Amino acid sequence: MLGSCVRAGPHRTTIDFAPDPDYIARVSTMDQSPAALRRTPLYDEHLRLGGRLVPYAGWEMPVQYKGVTDEHRAVRAAAGIFDVSHMGELVLSGDSAADVVNHLITNDAKRLMDGQALYTVACNDAGTILDDLIVYRVSQTKWLIVCNAANRDKMVAHFRAAAANHCDFDDASDRTALIALQGPKALALLAQAGGEGAALAELPSFHFRDATLANVPCTVARTGYTGEDGVEIFCPTDGAAQLWRALVELGAPIGLEPAGLAARDTLRLEARLSLYGNEIDESTNPLEAGLAWVVKLDKGDFVGRTALERFKAAGLTRKLVGFEMIGRGIARHGYPLLDKVGIKVGLCTSGSPGPTVGKNIGLGYLPTSLAEVGTSIEVDCRGRSVSAVVVKTPFYKRSS
Amino acid sequence: MSSDDVRSDRRYTKDHEWTKEEDGRVLVGITAYAVDQLGDITLVNLDVKVGETITQGKAFGTIESVKTLSDLFAPVSGKVVQINDLLEREPEKVNEDCYDRAWMIAVEPSDRSELDGLLDVTAYTELLKNAGH
Repeated sequence: MLGSCVRAGPHRTTIDFAPDPDYIARVSTMDQSPAALRRTPLYDEHLRLGGRLVPYAGWEMPVQYKGVTDEHRAVRAAAGIFDVSHMGELVLSGDSAADVVNHLITNDAKRLMDGQALYTVACNDAGTILDDLIVYRVSQTKWLIVCNAANRDKMVAHFRAAAANHCDFDDASDRTALIALQGPKALALLAQAGGEGAALAELPSFHFRDATLANVPCTVARTGYTGEDGVEIFCPTDGAAQLWRALVELGAPIGLEPAGLAARDTLRLEARLSLYGNEIDESTNPLEAGLAWVVKLDKGDFVGRTALERFKAAGLTRKLVGFEMIGRGIARHGYPLLDKVGIKVGLCTSGSPGPTVGKNIGLGYLPTSLAEVGTSIEVDCRGRSVSAVVVKTPFYKRSS
Repeated sequence: MSSDDVRSDRRYTKDHEWTKEEDGRVLVGITAYAVDQLGDITLVNLDVKVGETITQGKAFGTIESVKTLSDLFAPVSGKVVQINDLLEREPEKVNEDCYDRAWMIAVEPSDRSELDGLLDVTAYTELLKNAGH
């Protein structure tokens, strides 16, 4: 019975069900032989904690430890710690770095002060999405870009080419570890881990600063991908295990759990945060993806601007919406979305049970005419038509 | 429940279903190893109704956890005489008690020799050992 996802053995569990052939082809090209998979500096920690390791974007990553539901709930109620060291860190420096960065992103980096960060996408000339990024202004002449692991080679080439003859470019990914500490108790926990703990609690959202935690020099950013309060911590690879172990030990009494890719995915879905490869990719534009708030058409020229202006003027034909299942069924990536008479009108981009919202939820693209909250749709769950309704997003919003 | 938990009163498939003969019918469920691999079960979807026939090796439903979906394959051919309604309301019972309360369907086998072709507990234990357990 162990079907499409787990038949190949315990180390091949997929993190998202993927019925459509295109998606399977895409994933299988990412799925290299185990020998070719890369390991983060926290690999041994994952084994020690009982993590189940799976191939993900060329890396061997923990998909879960105790179980996705327990990990998800721990992040919502207390705290969770995630290894996201597979993500890419690109550094641009020099007098022209600010202009180079701002030319490649849709959001406006000029609004940032030192120690401030923003979420953005980078588009191609066609106005579709190359990657979603967080851009950090270390100083006017030094910028850090964090990109998705699956897009690292593409984004390295993109930023390196733009930097050529203008500013210095450095791919710092291989010497940088990244640990996400997320949840309502994350900041209290951090306060126990180092001298600057109290100051870190004052760090506003999307700000960052240097700190020493568990004797490891770090950069701590008040950012995350779970819909909870929390931080993401950059540190040198050789300090990552020491920092991870210290946080895991300090966190145990308050209910901290190590959390894997599966919980990261259900958490971000409840918070309606896009996942590259699902909601956004080179066939989607940021306006239809609900990311118009990171597109600043009036900031001056940037890659994709002309196309985005055209999209805006023409009006959107489809929109990314959230939906809840009414009937018994779980929508999955790639399932067709149908209108009330059974005509295929869109595709589900992500779907799963939402452990905190207690419903089966999903995201997908629908024609603008069917994108209103309250619209009844059907989801084709492998041949079974299951009713669903378009709902307001995010599905989950933290109360504080 | 430990993932290497097996029962000596049943027969098994390579796909980690179990069968148990009881009053001339065959109960069908999934093993503790399968449950451990799937994680938190969130949906059991049986595509058959009482009175319908199933064919050995063909899917009779699907089982979904938070992040996975798997087919349920019929270990024997025959007529479905009962289905476990409990799982429609409480799929998590599969995590709690996969060998007893979370049986899935009861089948009147059409060819009893199919049962003899299934793995006994020794052979299934061996299979799990080779799967890394």
